[in-house]
Amino acid sequence: MIAAPSQHNGGWMVGRILLGLLIVIAVAFGAFFTWQWRGALPPATTSAHAFDPGIVAKGAELAAIGNCAACHTRTGGKPYAGGFPVETPFGVVYGSNITPDRDTGIGAWSEAAFRRALREGVARDGTHLYPAFPYDHFTRLTDGDISALYAFMMTREPVDQPNRPPDLSFPLDWRIFAAAWKLLFLDKGPWRNDPTQSVDWNRGAYLVEGAGHCGACHTPRNALGAEDKHRRFAGGSGEGWHAPALDATSPAPVPWSEDQLFAYLRDGFADRHGVAGGPMQPVVRNLRHAQDADVRAIATYIAAFAGPRDTADRQRQTQAALAFAQQREPTLGSLVRTTTGAAAADASSAGGTLFAGACATCHHAGGGLPASRPVALALSTPVSDAQPINLLRIVLAGIHPPLGQRGPIMPGFSGALTDPQIVALVEYVRAHFSRRPPWPNVAQTLAVLRGKEAP
Amino acid sequence: MTILNVNGKQHQVDADPRTPLLYVLRNDLKLNAAKFGCGLGQCGACTVLVDHNPVFSCLMPISALDGRYIRTVEDLGSADRPGPVQRAFIEEQAAQCGYCIPGMMMRAQALLEKNVAPSDAQIREAMAPNLCRCGTQMRILRAVHRAAKLMTVELDTPIREAKR
Amino acid sequence: MNVPLLSPTRRMVLATGGAVVVSFALSPRATLAQAAPAQPKLPGSLQKAPFLDAWIGIGGNGAVTVFTGKAELGQGIKTALIQCAAEELDVDPKAVSIVTADTARTANEGYTAGSHSMQDSGTAILNAAAQVRGLLIGLAATRLNLPADKLHAKSGAVVADDGRSVAYQDLVIGQELHQPVAPQSPLKNPADFAVIGTPMHRVDIPGKVTGAPAYVQDLRPEGMLHARVVRPPSYGAELVSVDIPAVERLRGVIKVVRDGSFLAVAAQGEFEAIEAMNMLASVAQWRTVAELPDEKSIHQFLTRLPAQDQVIADKGNPAEQGKHLLRATYTRPYLLHGSIGPSCAVALYQRGKLTVWTHSQGVFPLRNTLANMLHMPPDQVHCVQVEGSGCYGHNAADDAAADAALVARAIPDRPIRLQWMREQEHGWEPFGPAMVSNVSAALDDSGRIAAWNYEVWSNTHSTRPGGPPGNLLAAQYLAQPFAPPPPTEIPMPEGGGDRNAIPLYSIANERIVDHFIPQMPLRVSALRALGAYHNVFAIESFMDELAAAAKADPVEFRLKHLEDTRARDVITKAAQEFGWRKDEQRPRGSGRGFAFARYKNLAAYCAIAAEASVDHESGEVRLGRIVAAVDSGQAVNPDGIRNQIEGAIVQSASWTLYEDVTFDRSEITSRDWSRYPILRFPQAPQSVDVHVIDRPGAPFLGTGEAGQGPTAAAIGNAIADAIGARLRDLPLTAERIKAAIGV
Repeated sequence: MIAAPSQHNGGWMVGRILLGLLIVIAVAFGAFFTWQWRGALPPATTSAHAFDPGIVAKGAELAAIGNCAACHTRTGGKPYAGGFPVETPFGVVYGSNITPDRDTGIGAWSEAAFRRALREGVARDGTHLYPAFPYDHFTRLTDGDISALYAFMMTREPVDQPNRPPDLSFPLDWRIFAAAWKLLFLDKGPWRNDPTQSVDWNRGAYLVEGAGHCGACHTPRNALGAEDKHRRFAGGSGEGWHAPALDATSPAPVPWSEDQLFAYLRDGFADRHGVAGGPMQPVVRNLRHAQDADVRAIATYIAAFAGPRDTADRQRQTQAALAFAQQREPTLGSLVRTTTGAAAADASSAGGTLFAGACATCHHAGGGLPASRPVALALSTPVSDAQPINLLRIVLAGIHPPLGQRGPIMPGFSGALTDPQIVALVEYVRAHFSRRPPWPNVAQTLAVLRGKEAP
Repeated sequence: MTILNVNGKQHQVDADPRTPLLYVLRNDLKLNAAKFGCGLGQCGACTVLVDHNPVFSCLMPISALDGRYIRTVEDLGSADRPGPVQRAFIEEQAAQCGYCIPGMMMRAQALLEKNVAPSDAQIREAMAPNLCRCGTQMRILRAVHRAAKLMTVELDTPIREAKR
Repeated sequence: MNVPLLSPTRRMVLATGGAVVVSFALSPRATLAQAAPAQPKLPGSLQKAPFLDAWIGIGGNGAVTVFTGKAELGQGIKTALIQCAAEELDVDPKAVSIVTADTARTANEGYTAGSHSMQDSGTAILNAAAQVRGLLIGLAATRLNLPADKLHAKSGAVVADDGRSVAYQDLVIGQELHQPVAPQSPLKNPADFAVIGTPMHRVDIPGKVTGAPAYVQDLRPEGMLHARVVRPPSYGAELVSVDIPAVERLRGVIKVVRDGSFLAVAAQGEFEAIEAMNMLASVAQWRTVAELPDEKSIHQFLTRLPAQDQVIADKGNPAEQGKHLLRATYTRPYLLHGSIGPSCAVALYQRGKLTVWTHSQGVFPLRNTLANMLHMPPDQVHCVQVEGSGCYGHNAADDAAADAALVARAIPDRPIRLQWMREQEHGWEPFGPAMVSNVSAALDDSGRIAAWNYEVWSNTHSTRPGGPPGNLLAAQYLAQPFAPPPPTEIPMPEGGGDRNAIPLYSIANERIVDHFIPQMPLRVSALRALGAYHNVFAIESFMDELAAAAKADPVEFRLKHLEDTRARDVITKAAQEFGWRKDEQRPRGSGRGFAFARYKNLAAYCAIAAEASVDHESGEVRLGRIVAAVDSGQAVNPDGIRNQIEGAIVQSASWTLYEDVTFDRSEITSRDWSRYPILRFPQAPQSVDVHVIDRPGAPFLGTGEAGQGPTAAAIGNAIADAIGARLRDLPLTAERIKAAIGV
């Protein structure tokens, strides 16, 4: 409201400032609105036969590293046809249909449209995509790799499955907020090598920061849901699991080495850490389609976050962890186990008794038979993690390989043990197999998992 | 001394509290149905119900069972008066060696208590933790479908009368 | 028909309650006396125990007891044999009970194996029952003073036309049934069958679903102790030292038994025994020697080992070439029996006598072998077959019996229940051998197979204990060990590695060679169907490859080469019921396959059509409809046949798609279901339909193993149809299929 010039000078000043601000805001908004607007790109027609098989194969590897199938395939649904719910702090976004179906998928997308989606997070029709689709990572892909991914996606089986609109609370369901987010947080452009680092490190960095988008789970996010670039790999979450820190604050009792990471990513098992569980299971499965050299490069890059190798400190930490595990599971790594250790020592406690009867047969305390290589609990990350949620999830649901495939089988105890029993068991495992302080919130976390309490 | 409620009866069991339920059922209580298949929670031959949930009795220490309701195949009926699940398995001749069948029956019982008319896909998913090496899966599926139908009939009716 | 009674001196009587049940001889002397040298060959197993009361007994209340030297393995044999006896004896099957293999009570019918049970025991019992019926009618004729042709048998009595009747139990009051078996029997006309040919419910299922004791694992004799064995870390390892006192101090432990490298422990309670076993394993020191070949190149390794070559078919001039020459190599990995219940035995050593309750397939050969291992006279060893879980061949049942016997001997007067653990079963059972075959064939201008060359390499498919103790696992590890006897190939026409290596197809020029490899890097023995699983997979896959080269429909191509009408009938039936249409177009990733074999070229005929769809991204196979047709001769219990073939199909599907034993350079690594996955419910086919072609009056044809080979090939052919590429190395895993599909 503009004050009349004949009124107080101060009120008129305030009015002028307000007006000025409003004009600035309006102009800024106008500029922003103009800036964020994206036009539709024309539809394209491609034939699956138009693509060089070698390039399609390269695209397949990149799609494997990027784990595209995981977010773009509904449980039990056709590959890449979408429908998978991606949970975000702001609601649920459903992975879209990226099969080459013309009507419901991306069959009408030209390579330019595809590239724009990956680099800038914009769909063919100009819609801004939510950063649940991690284009803040995919923007790092080279043009050549984007072409390969395009070739791969265009040669998949087309599936008629319309996309599901996201379930976001007002006003976040306005796409313009996605644009605003990008303005603040999207640093566009392909990866640029760091000349001070090795070829392997750079390759690993490219794969991790680009297609792999590991930070999307393993890096903490700010209040607006963007990765905290100053705390890369300091831990985050994905699909209701805690994605543990991979940097120097990693809770793994033995610091991750490149070899251990390679074994974990390649085989789903690292003998100083444990098995791949939860959302890492499909990641590891997909990485089977990637080249050994690429998996090793990823391991090299991530291992570098854990800190420099071969320091005296690291050696000490490793030895201490192994010694502790040895003490708790005396014949670590051999086929023949003794009956001393966990079961005998705390047999009288409720948690210890539960462990001895329900867990010890496989989890080595007393196991004399060469069952599938059991995890050394004292070396596993979930037991030493900052939060109990991963260990609880594993105890509740178990670990299961895909049907017909080899892999550790751990039954879930969700129906077998009561909640107080699960709490006692988990607290026992924490106390007996880690050197960290007890978790204060096991019962509450379990209640949330059971749906009994709000998170 | 642990008190276990098995098939509606209280039993005093003098066994180490770490002892898995399977061995107590078989050796202390002389119940034959639940079987040892692997002791690792991989095959389900030991499946019984605890508080209506299917559990691997080979991995259930009896210390965890105080005050809980344990059911085995022996509780589903008898040779003279088989219950609906038992009848269904007999009528479909759903067994070859039969070793896995009690575990299958308990898991089916748990499913049918929660879902009165499961689809084929739901049965397959629910029964996945239980292995059958003889290849009787097709008959077991038919038996579970049949049991679902039988369960909607008056349960106390013995076979003789039901044939009316 | 009347048979003269034997003089009393040649009759032996067992003191049993009630009327005479069994009275055939047990002692070696009397066994010799039983031999009837100048007689013509008797039907089935009657040759082995040629007295009627060796097979049939009639009790004081009219209850009939059938005695068979065969074992119930879950294949329904008890029921089928009861049907045979009830039919020919004209009694209600509910009045018939059956005693299975027992060295003290039944005939010695060797092993329950090779799908011989109906052919051997079924035939024997059918004939014996018919002859008993004839005998009873003869006795009644004398009693009623009527001619035999005025009498007939009905519901457990002999009935006269005038209405008078005498119950069987009133006719058999002495040794009347102790008669030598005649070569001919008054068999009923199959058209009159009222029991045979009906899907009578299995006699053992009600007990199994209501918690009745049914298995050797359920035995609980008074004073029983629980035992566990500690096996070495790998083949041939030697026990260097073990701290026995440390284990014997544990609560409940009765004794640790050590004999050389054989190590076991017995305790009061089962959980105590398991914990003691774990402790014992941890305080045992072993020297390992095993050097296993590289798993990745096992087939090359095997084919380079010394082999005994035998030409098993040589017709015409197979070197003659037709227009198109195709060749292929097929392989099969080591496969696990994987019995769902690990092997178990109960043994009691008392006053110099050993009794073993075991789920062995052959209690008579086992008895002799145990006697040899323990240096005991065979007549002091009594083996009783009690059901275990399905064995599918020579699994660890005999080994568990040997383990139990050794512990029992060390702890006399206490029944010992020795139970194997899952990891022990997976690591130490004798596997189905890995195999390789090369096949090449030529087609002439008319698209017929002009020449056929087939070579197969395999270890023995039988290391069953049959006398020499070295085939028992424990015996190899005693302080004075027994070496395994040199393996031999099972001769044709049954064959071992070469079982079903000779196709039933009419091929003018063929040469088939069996390369028998004695040296066994992994422990192997008989797994259901033996070499037939691999040979039929190879032959029937190759038939499809040839059909494709001839641009012929796979079903028509097979019919073109078959003259055997029963073979043609099962093929036509399966194709018809499946809805097999020539040149059917299927959507991408979906395929159908066909296969046929006559088991051993002697036993049941089986044709299978299968549908499969393959996921392009993962290579995973989903089995659709599977339709089978089977001809088992006279079908005693059609539902039993269907059950066996359904089971064979699902089991073989599991072998074919998922299974292989894994090993590193020192030991077996697939030690439980997580490392040896088998088919689970979501992977079972969409449907399985088995059509039985009944042949009333025809000889029984063994059926239990007829489905393994055709299933593998039908699935393999369906996958090839679905993806347009051929896989020849079993198992047909998702990984291998994906590699064949490409991106």
